[in-house]
Amino acid sequence: MTTVDDIPSNLWEECPLCHQLLYTRALEKELWVCPKCGYHFRLHSAQRVQITVDEGSFIPWDNDLPLVDPLQFPGYREKVQQAREKTGLNEAVVTGRATLAGIPLGLGIMDLAFIGGSMGWIVGEKIARLMERCVADQLPVVVFCASGGARMQESLISLMQMPKTSGAVGKLGEAGLPYIGVLTDPTYGGVTASYAFLGDVIIAETGAAMGFAGPRVVEVTNLNLPRGVQTAEFQYEHGMIDILINRQQLRNTLRILLHWFGGTRPEHSENAGASSTALLGEMTDHE
Amino acid sequence: MSKIHIPPSSEASSEQDAQQQVELARHPQRPYTLDYLDRMVTDFVELHGDRRYGDDGAIVAGLGFIQGYPVAIIGHQKGRSASQRRRRNFGMARAEGYRKAMRVMRIAAKVGHPILTLIDTPGADCLEQSESRGISEAIAANQRDMFTLPVPIVVVVIGEGGSGGAIGIGVGDRIMMLEHSYYSVIAPESCAAILWRDSSRNEEAASALKLTAPDALNLGVIDSIISEPGEGAHTDYGQAANLVKEAVLGALTELGDIPPAELMAARYEKFRKMGQPKELQ
Ligand SMILES: [Zn+2]
Repeated sequence: MTTVDDIPSNLWEECPLCHQLLYTRALEKELWVCPKCGYHFRLHSAQRVQITVDEGSFIPWDNDLPLVDPLQFPGYREKVQQAREKTGLNEAVVTGRATLAGIPLGLGIMDLAFIGGSMGWIVGEKIARLMERCVADQLPVVVFCASGGARMQESLISLMQMPKTSGAVGKLGEAGLPYIGVLTDPTYGGVTASYAFLGDVIIAETGAAMGFAGPRVVEVTNLNLPRGVQTAEFQYEHGMIDILINRQQLRNTLRILLHWFGGTRPEHSENAGASSTALLGEMTDHE
Repeated sequence: MSKIHIPPSSEASSEQDAQQQVELARHPQRPYTLDYLDRMVTDFVELHGDRRYGDDGAIVAGLGFIQGYPVAIIGHQKGRSASQRRRRNFGMARAEGYRKAMRVMRIAAKVGHPILTLIDTPGADCLEQSESRGISEAIAANQRDMFTLPVPIVVVVIGEGGSGGAIGIGVGDRIMMLEHSYYSVIAPESCAAILWRDSSRNEEAASALKLTAPDALNLGVIDSIISEPGEGAHTDYGQAANLVKEAVLGALTELGDIPPAELMAARYEKFRKMGQPKELQ
């Protein structure tokens, strides 16, 4: 599982992939994509909000759900309490409403800094409430997934968040509302086997790790998974992902998709005509 | 459509005529789906994969805007260079292509936007890879399910309308053919080989199969013919795309006001009645 130490917060950052030393301010301008090798740094939910939606438009929902410990699991309350203090978040997902290029949407963003982005009752509850509220408010939904998997300390209650959230996605669908899932590095386990892979459109950031069995499971069970199987690229090749994309193209792609779903025309096309197709699809047939 | 002379049904098009249409439909420079998309669609976002097995390069699917209207677009894609043709499997789609097509059509249906399909295939892929993944089931399911999509569906045969591979994305409310495309249950060479054990009698077969656009119109299988510029679409991509765009927009405008239940009932009736003898009508 990921800890907060994996996420940059200094003046200089070293790219974990190519080890280039990068000036943080410059990296921020590149949306935390290494200019040398293209590595996508992991983002806090607050950073994701900042680079995705209109400034000041994000209104969080359900930030006051109480700490739960359904199994009285040893040390769990303390762990959650520590995570809350360390991150300033109440759980591993932030949900709410925002606008993107003026278009209103419901938004969910998972945060690895909170117990590895694992899914317990509160995460499942916030996702389910997000879907239900967007049905009521007639909003499209975008969820950025990042998760180490299930919250072991909640055991079966954690497992039951999978049907709960999957069912809630279904309600959104019945209401004719679109759901765009964005898979970011890393997305594992229970989240992949529920709302992460139920998007009408599924987008993945290039290089993102993802898979059904989490890294710890792979490690302790000596699963012999070949390198490269648990990647966005592998999933894309096997038909599981619609759009494999660099983070720098992500906001514009979401903008166009939200326009399409809402039946409104993208006003000033940031890239209209033939060249845009090359950007957004794999339209390499042009000579 | 003024350019097109539609022969009365008793008067078959000449053998040469039919064969010529087949050759034009297969012209190496004929515009393909992506050539049309480039010229008539803005902000196209291509979607990939069937969420089951893989992504089929022989079918392009995605979301875009035609004159500002959101439309889901599905089309066969052939390749031009050797490597493209391999990647696109010569426009012969596999099960995963038809399943991707239905997945994207359902996205449009969910939010109430229309669907455009562009047909250009010599036929569906029929190798072991396709048999093992259920090519027949995929094509069958698409035809069944296209009747149940509560949004307008416009179908245009832009090149080769090759049999099951074509009809797998070919159920709709308005079916159109480009002037020099063809639509047939089998390629003329194969027909000649099967019926007469002589594939060199392809011209004769092309004529007998009644596969030209005017033939299909006479048979009541299509609703209209879209004219092509000059000697054919390959001579002027821009103009060809304009003519297709106009025809598609015209059809979408007509269909746009029809309530979904009526639309689907009419779609069912349309195909239900094809080929029905006059005395039973
Ligand atoms: Zn790097």
